[in-house]
Amino acid sequence: MEPRPRSFYLLAAFFALFVIFLYGPILTIGVLSFQGPQGGLTFPMNGVSLHWFADLFEQQAVGDIWGSFRRSFALGLMVMIVTVVFSVMGGLAFRNRFRGSTVLFYVIIASLIIPSILVSLGVGLIFNILDLDVHWATSGFGAQLTWTLPFGLLIMFAVFNRFDRSYEEAARDLGANAWQTLRHVVLPIIGPSLIGIALFGFTLSYDEFARTLLTAGSYNTLPLEIFGMTTNVTSPVLYALGTLTTLFSLVIIGSFLTIGVVLRRRRTRLGSDAGKGLV
Amino acid sequence: MKTTDPISRAEKVSWLLVTPLACVLAFFLLLPIATITVVSFWNYNEWSFFPDFILDNYAFHLTSHVTWATYLKTLKFMALTWIFCTAIGFTVAYFLAFHVRSLSVQIALFLVCTIPFWTSNIIRMISWIPFLGRNGIANSALIGMGVIDEPLEWLLYSDFAVVLAFVHLYALFMVVPIFNTMMRIDKSLIEAARDAGASSLQILTNVIIPLTKPGIMIGSIFVVTVVMGDFITVRHMSGGQSASVGRLISNEIALLQYPSAAASSVVLLCTVLIMIAVMMRFVDIRKEL
Repeated sequence: MEPRPRSFYLLAAFFALFVIFLYGPILTIGVLSFQGPQGGLTFPMNGVSLHWFADLFEQQAVGDIWGSFRRSFALGLMVMIVTVVFSVMGGLAFRNRFRGSTVLFYVIIASLIIPSILVSLGVGLIFNILDLDVHWATSGFGAQLTWTLPFGLLIMFAVFNRFDRSYEEAARDLGANAWQTLRHVVLPIIGPSLIGIALFGFTLSYDEFARTLLTAGSYNTLPLEIFGMTTNVTSPVLYALGTLTTLFSLVIIGSFLTIGVVLRRRRTRLGSDAGKGLV
Repeated sequence: MKTTDPISRAEKVSWLLVTPLACVLAFFLLLPIATITVVSFWNYNEWSFFPDFILDNYAFHLTSHVTWATYLKTLKFMALTWIFCTAIGFTVAYFLAFHVRSLSVQIALFLVCTIPFWTSNIIRMISWIPFLGRNGIANSALIGMGVIDEPLEWLLYSDFAVVLAFVHLYALFMVVPIFNTMMRIDKSLIEAARDAGASSLQILTNVIIPLTKPGIMIGSIFVVTVVMGDFITVRHMSGGQSASVGRLISNEIALLQYPSAAASSVVLLCTVLIMIAVMMRFVDIRKEL
């Protein structure tokens, strides 16, 4: 191997600084959430305790965190399932050119780049004019889909661009109908990528603030609850909540990645029947 | 018997498959935008808004010097954020794509960069408070080193804090597309340039940057749109002292002046769309997927 040029070490140092920049503040609030009961929002640490975590579990002290967490979790799951299903359908549809496909493609891109607050305002206005009640599971749900579906579809486009269509032809030659081809050939191959879409769908929804601001109605989701807290809570309980939600996100990413790895392993293990017909 | 044309049959299937998606976007994206446009011409009083056709909302919005100052400020935030995000995104992606030799290390380091993106934006914002505050880590460290005598007041709740938070939140939006396009550059092109006598700098400016342009453009589109529409980062990190177009709209919403907020929204939307249209001239998004 040729020796590393000097630029490598410079760039590596830059990369390390970037990583510190990304993680530093979050680690700081992680440490500060263990402040003692008399501790404040900044260093020095005034003792070490779980006081602020305990505070989180006393519901009346800091609002309805657990209720909003449950709603965000349920909403995240709903958004995740719909995003996966609709994205796969959309991805399959876009493999063929159809009349209107270009227009629809630009609408999907527009969905990504239109400022979130406009979607929130617009959906809020429609429900207001139609005299309907905004609710996180109806208007909030729809508003979030305009954010998660484009991401899901873009991943799907990337997946199908690399998809070898001769597998499908082989299935058809063996007499499989369209549904069988999809069920037994296409879906197993794209399976691991669906984990990625599910992860995107869940976490984008779980964290979405602007699009739910005017569409969630009287029951807050977790980001809205946190937003409310940042304006009137000035104790490390905020950091404790931040630490917990960050840990929760890491657990979610970890489990999705694990499922992805397991699926991939299973596919390589069961994917080939070469040699099985012998003896 | 009528023969079914296979092409039209495939098209019908595509239409069926894409219907749910199209319905969601029609009802929750296109209809809202149309509603905002219509309501922007409506009239309002202190407690309600009602159908009308007036241009006052626009006239008031466009002739107010507050609006123009706010746009200028938002553009300043956008330009600074874009410059830093592009510089950081390009450098990080360049390191990962061309200096890290093994694919698994590349992927691992890339994942390290993406993980913070999955945690709450608001939490990431408030995590700067213990860093930048009056008695925060930055000030204590600088005082400890003897660089300054008293705490710097402009670290938190300032334009500096706003741009810093934006870069922290959105640098990844640059890293991902730039890394993606760089990984697709054929390494033999770089070897060919080197064999032809190009220096590292010449390779960078004549081969890598031109080939990476689509990635830079896609990242730029993301950064520009999120910063232009933001209202929460600006509010939080400036301590309420700085305005942005998004904050203007959210204030009008808070005051229940919906037609006025709608007019501001239409102006913002047009501004963003014009910027995107200009950027799209440099890259064919459809070809990049």
